[in-house]
Amino acid sequence: MAPRARPEPVQVIKQRRDAALRALVAGVPYIQFLGIAFDRRGDELTATLPFDEKLIGNPMLPALHGGVTAAFLETTAIIELSWSLLWEEMEAGRIDATLLDPLHLPRLPKTIDFTVDYLRSGLPRDAYARARVNRSGRRYASVHVEAWQDNRSRLFAQATGHFLMPARDD
Amino acid sequence: MDEQGKMAIARQFIEAIPHSRALGMVLDEIGEGVAAISMPYDLRLVGDPQTGVIHGGAVSALMDTCCGAAVMSHPGSPAGTATIDLRIDYMRAATPGQRIRARAECHHITRSVAFVRASAHDDNDALPVATATGTFTVQATGERMA
Repeated sequence: MAPRARPEPVQVIKQRRDAALRALVAGVPYIQFLGIAFDRRGDELTATLPFDEKLIGNPMLPALHGGVTAAFLETTAIIELSWSLLWEEMEAGRIDATLLDPLHLPRLPKTIDFTVDYLRSGLPRDAYARARVNRSGRRYASVHVEAWQDNRSRLFAQATGHFLMPARDD
Repeated sequence: MDEQGKMAIARQFIEAIPHSRALGMVLDEIGEGVAAISMPYDLRLVGDPQTGVIHGGAVSALMDTCCGAAVMSHPGSPAGTATIDLRIDYMRAATPGQRIRARAECHHITRSVAFVRASAHDDNDALPVATATGTFTVQATGERMA
């Protein structure tokens, strides 16, 4: 049996993965407009939405706008799905992540439908979300996403969406 | 109050919501459970930098606002409302550069739940950009709105 190849230095791996995530997120104006950022631990992403006055939908409570909640969940779902596709290509060596920029990214999946379940009103503070790809086929994908604020176990919204996968060259 | 007075108050209310203002939403029509709200094409809202198409999330925000306004304008709705559930179907990409116009109708209301249908169009009236169905809370009188 051939000896196992020496693992890559940790900094090289981190740089490659962080560059890929940055290319995916930084180029989307709407993500910047809402102020959404993504934390990465290995392949796991957590989206954060820092509170801002312009995200308010009800000034009397005050509460986050339902549309902001929907947009936050949908963004998290699309980025998670795109990231899972990109990760596969990158780790298999088919894409050089250091050459990626917002205008040279693989095509993004398109939302077919998105259903948001509002569980409690969004408070005027930071929000977090994580998505799980339940099915990722050649043409369609199904993604579930959960959002919370202070307590991970007290969700303020969750959603399920279906996505049309980008056409592949093969 | 006359129709124009009601319309002015409703317009002020919708356009005073910080997020609606941030997206440039304008109330075009309201009354008897029907609302129409539109927003301009805006480069800050682009979701796909390669095509310039507006992000679905911004269309969701427009739909949610429009549905909520339709519920509040329904004669059977005493006060404010909050979204329970909203499903959006995306038929096609909105054409870059064009205004997006949403129209929502609260077609049924009980003492606790309002049922709403909505659609969003760009300059092509024949085929919607997206359609939505939602359920919204109906506040008991005296309850704080959410």
